[in-house]
Amino acid sequence: MAENARSSEGPYLRLTGIAKSFGRFQALHGIDLAIERGELVTFLGPSGCGKTTLLRIVAGLEAQDWGTIVQDGRDISRLPAIRRDYGIVFQSYALFPNLTIHANVAYGLVNRRKGRSEIERRVAELLKLVGLPDSGAKYPGQLSGGQQQRIALARALASAPGLLLLDEPLSALDALERLRLRGEIRALQQRLGVTTILVTHDQEEALSMADRIVVMNAGRIEQVGSPRAVYETPATPFAADFIGKINVLPGVAAGRDRVRVGGRALLLARNDLIEGSAVKLYLRPEDVVVHRDPATGQGAANTLAAQVAKVEFLGAFCVLGLAPEGTDFPALSANVPRHAVDAGGLEPGAHIAITLPPAALRILG
Amino acid sequence: MATAATASAPGPVAAGRVVRQALHWQERLALALLVACCAALAFFLLGPLFMILVKSVQDKDGAFVGLLQFRDYLGTPALRQSIFNTLGVALVVTGITIPLAFTFAYALTRSAMPGKAVFRVVGLTPILAPSLLAAISFIQWFGNQGLLKPLLGGTPVYGALGIVISSIYATFPHALMIILTALLLADGRLYEAAESLGTRTLRRFFTITLPGAKYGLVSAAMVVFSYTVSDFGIPKVIGGNFNVLAVDIYKQVIGQQNFNKGAVVSLILLLPVLVAFVVDWRMQGRQHAQFSARAVPYVARRKPWFDGAMFVYCTLVALLLLAVLGMAVYTSFIKLWPYDKSFSLRHYTFGLVDGGVIVSFFNSLRMAFVTALLGTMFIFGCAYLLEKTRGMPGTRALIRLLASIPMGVPGMVLGLGYILFFNHPDNPFNVLYHTLTILVLATVVHYYTSSHLTAVTALKSLDGEFESVSASLKVPFYKTFHRVTVPVCLPAILDIGRYLFVNAMVTISAVVFLYSPDTQLAAVAILNLDEAGEIGPAAAMATLIVVASASVCVLYALVTRVLLTRTQGWRRPAPGN
Ligand SMILES: Nc1ncnc2c1ncn2[C@@H]1O[C@H](COP(=O)(O)OP(=O)(O)O)[C@@H](O)[C@H]1O
Ligand SMILES: [Mg+2]
Repeated sequence: MAENARSSEGPYLRLTGIAKSFGRFQALHGIDLAIERGELVTFLGPSGCGKTTLLRIVAGLEAQDWGTIVQDGRDISRLPAIRRDYGIVFQSYALFPNLTIHANVAYGLVNRRKGRSEIERRVAELLKLVGLPDSGAKYPGQLSGGQQQRIALARALASAPGLLLLDEPLSALDALERLRLRGEIRALQQRLGVTTILVTHDQEEALSMADRIVVMNAGRIEQVGSPRAVYETPATPFAADFIGKINVLPGVAAGRDRVRVGGRALLLARNDLIEGSAVKLYLRPEDVVVHRDPATGQGAANTLAAQVAKVEFLGAFCVLGLAPEGTDFPALSANVPRHAVDAGGLEPGAHIAITLPPAALRILG
Repeated sequence: MATAATASAPGPVAAGRVVRQALHWQERLALALLVACCAALAFFLLGPLFMILVKSVQDKDGAFVGLLQFRDYLGTPALRQSIFNTLGVALVVTGITIPLAFTFAYALTRSAMPGKAVFRVVGLTPILAPSLLAAISFIQWFGNQGLLKPLLGGTPVYGALGIVISSIYATFPHALMIILTALLLADGRLYEAAESLGTRTLRRFFTITLPGAKYGLVSAAMVVFSYTVSDFGIPKVIGGNFNVLAVDIYKQVIGQQNFNKGAVVSLILLLPVLVAFVVDWRMQGRQHAQFSARAVPYVARRKPWFDGAMFVYCTLVALLLLAVLGMAVYTSFIKLWPYDKSFSLRHYTFGLVDGGVIVSFFNSLRMAFVTALLGTMFIFGCAYLLEKTRGMPGTRALIRLLASIPMGVPGMVLGLGYILFFNHPDNPFNVLYHTLTILVLATVVHYYTSSHLTAVTALKSLDGEFESVSASLKVPFYKTFHRVTVPVCLPAILDIGRYLFVNAMVTISAVVFLYSPDTQLAAVAILNLDEAGEIGPAAAMATLIVVASASVCVLYALVTRVLLTRTQGWRRPAPGN
């Protein structure tokens, strides 16, 4: 794959103030985003939040109302789609049903007046790249969904575009194929080093594939960061709730470093709170520390007695539904490894103690 | 990829201004074609209709007289009677045809009787013939020298009775097609659920079948009503002294050369058809919402009594339909009804060939061929631009509106509009007047709506991102159009071609004002032969039309079958029958 000549320093793709309305409905509110060369960025958010619209604006398939797009040092804000440099893959594959796999992959090459042998070589190379070297003579309808999506990927990569756009490429596939293709796409992308935007509403997909995640909600960016950063330090309540599960504990600041929740004062790892202000504490279920012995740490800070209300088995781990005792502390859930449940003492009705580590209690937004 | 940035790269986005994307020349081309389509439709549809409006408020000398002519018209009792006659006949025809067609369609979809394919074909045969054929045939059966005249017990067939039975014959296949589609679309799972719950047959009929087919029934009723109101051939031939609006227009225009009166009657005729059209339109909108994409077709189980009864009914109807067609064919092959029934080709040789009338048949063939070819190209091309390109939403909305109007315009009205518009000295297109071209144009416009809907449905079933993919691959849209869109839509394209051909062969109302001695069409020739009392040659001409239409339908079936076999490598099994 030809290495793209760097025509400038700085990000490969820069979006500035992108806004878009459909009639009265504003789909995007001033999106600013920079994407580095060779990285895989996912747009993650609920259905209807504007991910596809933003991707189509990058492709020139939709025109933004406001804002600029600079790709590889070149202002492409007003360029029609056909003159931009990208390959695109859709959820529906959009393979041409009446053309063979070979003709599908060669579709854009033929138009570039390349030599016949060069096209043959390139198509063979691409089919091998996506792991379907012998499918050239078949028609799309004769392949499985996952195979069709691989062909769509080969077609999009055929002319070695500088930018690869993927709009929910895995959503139409069954769970097994989805998992397999996830890894394949990521490996391929890293091997080719092609700058890639992947649109998805599936948080697991985003977490496992992305270099960076752009969390979107209602036409705005909520947070941009690495999968770890987005998960561990969500910037907003929306980001915290959308990615992974999280406990929400409403309370009132009882000092610079503590919050009163349901009659219990919880210590936090910060000391900038204003006493008396209402706050919400966020706590990932896996950060809750579970003690089988209800007497553990009696009276210690952030430790309270609780009763197991239910146990949900989720394969590798279990989710405990917990009802803290004695106070009107809100119910919360905790993740524990399966073998911890197997060891006994965590059955529904069991009395236990839990600790909410100060460093894991966060205030967002 | 740096090459793409050369030459006419659009300038940067001006701060604080709404971004306007630069258009690629290919996008410009697509938009230019779209605008051209819109302009052509507007010109050839709205121009003529507008002229009717203008003429209706002018007197013969072109002076504005307001609604005076309407008052005149409504003040003439004989003419006013036409309105009641027209509506009355149309209501009776609708009331009889719909139950007949519904029962027939019900038998085809819900029973396990044998011979369904044959019944279906026979049920649709009337579509192959001009409506005049029915009128001629019924005259042979029940007319002054009719074989079954005594059956009518003294009531003459000429008049309301003849119009009603001929119209039932002519409208039956149209109603059948619509109701069949509605019943086929209904979800079989509902029936299976009802059967497993032990719901009684009659109850099932009233709670599932009828509601499911409701919109189809209304739609069919509106089509039958409009057809009967608009048809001119039947009342002209068998109507006797029973005046109806369509014939009134003809008399005003051809008989008295009074175009202004003709325009007034046209507008009066347009009214009930427009009402039916609007009702149908709104119903169709709801029907689409009613069916889920995953509806499962119903598979009928054997029920001896029901299947038997349905078989008897269908056999009866099929025999009656064949008796009408058969009588016309028979008449064309005997010497002189009813005196000399020996076989003879004289109506063809002497009546058509020697008289030179046969030329009109070849005119019809040529007109139908050109209509099918150019009409299909324009209609499909326009639908493609409409559905698959971007920009100019206003123009698109206008095209959608224009494409739906022809369904609501009776052929007589369109035809009159065409003379008024193209005969106008100031119209630069008036050179078209009296040419084959104008006949083609009028026919394409007349049958635009159904063809357009077929094209749009086929295009909508394609993946909506083909055009986006092409753009990303730097392939021009027209290349994807001919490499992908047309091949995938070929069955629908052929269907449109066949529809236009058959209708161009049988149409009379839209073209009866537009032909010249050089461009007389077969259906018009039947009319003129009948007027001259030449029933034999008229029947012979009708037979030729049926043969031509039927041949094209057979050809279509064969080509489609070959096509589907050859492309089954990539085509998924064809839906439906
Ligand atoms: N062509 C359009 N016309 C009108 N509204 C649109 C159009 N495209 C998208 N929208 C609206 O914009 C919002 C964002 O859509 P989209 O970008 O497709 O969301 P996502 O891909 O995140 O699910 C949705 O509410 C959608 O209804
Ligand atoms: Mg989307």
